[in-house]
Amino acid sequence: MDDIKIRTDHLNLYYGRTHALKNVSVKIRAQAVTALIGPSGCGKSTFLKTLNRMNDLSGNVRIEGGVYLDGKDIYAPGVDVAKLRRKVGMVFQEPNPFPMSIYDNVAYGPRVHGIKDHGTLEKIVEESLRGASIWDEVKGRLRKSALGLSGGQKQRLCIARAMAVEPEVLLMDEPTSALDPASTVKVEELMKELKKKYTVVVVTHNMQQAARVSDDTFFFLMGEAVETGSTYSLFSKPRDRRTFDYINGRFG
Amino acid sequence: MQYISAERYGNSYRNAEKKRYRDRSRAELVETVAETVFTFCAFCSVLAVASITLYMVVNGTPAVFRVGLKDILFSSTWKPVAKEPSFGIFYVVLSSIAGTAMAVILGVPVALLTAVFLAEVAPKKLAATVGAAVELLAGIPSVIYGMIGMMVLNPVMYRLEQRIFARTPGHQFTGGANLLSAALVLAVMIMPTVISISETAIRAVPAHLRASSYALGASRVQTIFRVVLPAAKPGIATAVVLGVGRALGEAMAVSLVSGGSVNVPLPFRSVRFLTTALVSEMGYAGGLHRQVLFTVGLVLFVFIMLINLSLNRILKERERQDD
Ligand SMILES: Nc1ncnc2c1ncn2[C@@H]1O[C@H](COP(=O)(O)OP(=O)(O)O)[C@@H](O)[C@H]1O
Ligand SMILES: [Mg+2]
Repeated sequence: MDDIKIRTDHLNLYYGRTHALKNVSVKIRAQAVTALIGPSGCGKSTFLKTLNRMNDLSGNVRIEGGVYLDGKDIYAPGVDVAKLRRKVGMVFQEPNPFPMSIYDNVAYGPRVHGIKDHGTLEKIVEESLRGASIWDEVKGRLRKSALGLSGGQKQRLCIARAMAVEPEVLLMDEPTSALDPASTVKVEELMKELKKKYTVVVVTHNMQQAARVSDDTFFFLMGEAVETGSTYSLFSKPRDRRTFDYINGRFG
Repeated sequence: MQYISAERYGNSYRNAEKKRYRDRSRAELVETVAETVFTFCAFCSVLAVASITLYMVVNGTPAVFRVGLKDILFSSTWKPVAKEPSFGIFYVVLSSIAGTAMAVILGVPVALLTAVFLAEVAPKKLAATVGAAVELLAGIPSVIYGMIGMMVLNPVMYRLEQRIFARTPGHQFTGGANLLSAALVLAVMIMPTVISISETAIRAVPAHLRASSYALGASRVQTIFRVVLPAAKPGIATAVVLGVGRALGEAMAVSLVSGGSVNVPLPFRSVRFLTTALVSEMGYAGGLHRQVLFTVGLVLFVFIMLINLSLNRILKERERQDD
């Protein structure tokens, strides 16, 4: 049996009247890449954001059911959201470094969590940049603005920034959709590398990408997790008619 | 039948052609006229700036040659109507700088926190109410600020002064009309400008930057002070520079609360600014005294120009960053 890192139990989410997630009960394996696929608007981003409670930030959101990280309900009263987000990091669709130096971007998280020692910070920054396979490209310009990097470099910097707080889970919301093919390849390779240490959950609207990088795939449709399972079996012998239609390009 | 209709068709075709031609030349005419009007209007403001600059330079420089630049700028004795007059405006320049600096030091932090409150913290309704109040503040004529400062602030300052200097024999009591009062009034007067421009800058910070910060486990306060404000820095700098310009150029309100003697600018001293020197002396000054006042005006003018230049530089910097 594989370790289960995150489990959701009859998870329902409402944006006001919009029922955006319907009874989602899934298991996310540790040290694996899980891909979320489905047509746009089906709730992939919403589901991803329930895993680090980023939904708390938008106003009229109501959540029912449970999300369990290592068996503990992250929506239980008294949970420290900052600590949770430190464990469950996130990379967004648009590469969005802060308007500060490359170094300060990566050091941001550790500093926020109280690390002040220069030596420690330098070590974290280097390790994170190496982990995100961007160290060699930026080591000579750490003090330069991060806004001068290319799109692909920015995205890998954002991954480094997320890694700097030593998370256990990395959530990525269409991390390559704003990137050119060459940068996409690099980020995809990085994902495979990342799963040695982290649990990776990646939203993608690109089925080839899901097939290339993921171990498990969840297919979402109109807020429901229609089919979940190993990427291989989901793509080669889908059990649900709707999954079959989707992966054969019948809709979406 | 066919022929007629063909002719008719031909006629109407020609007419349409003519009309189209007329329409087009009409449209062209409108274009030309509009362009001329725009150009003229733009030219008017350029002309105004150029002629004001020319006027200030022409009228402000003779005194410099007659008295000497050093004796005007760096002498501290201002006795324009004495038998042996002295035209040193050093303290006056210093007072203007000190008053403006104090106003910025007192006003900008409060304004900035207000902007943060309006843009980041306050619920919509409250933000709208406070925002409207801030706008009203901007619309109040400066003489009203001066009057209120004189009636309310000065007495308070006087009491404070009496307490502080009770045992300082040499102190010249100002009745509360002093540099500190002027700085406080100016601080309030520059707040609306600083608040509204900073608020706009803060609101323009993209939401995904905040989201990234929260996603790293940062708190709201950390996000505001470490991500949002640094990202809004160019806009905030613009706000501060405009505030400085406003404070430096303000005459009416400060003339009512600052006492008006030429003095070293210390908080509890009665002081005269570049602006208030003009307000209080221009009416009666003649001869060389009048010419020196024009030099005072020129100095103020140069300060304001420098501020605008630095503002331009900030805006250009921002444009470059946006690319
Ligand atoms: N902040 C929000 N407020 C209201 N409705 C939202 C919000 N975010 C997403 N939705 C709605 O929830 C549904 C799922 O959206 P989303 O999770 O972004 O889909 P996906 O990422 O799969 O494209 C959509 O119908 C969308 O319009
Ligand atoms: Mg999405």
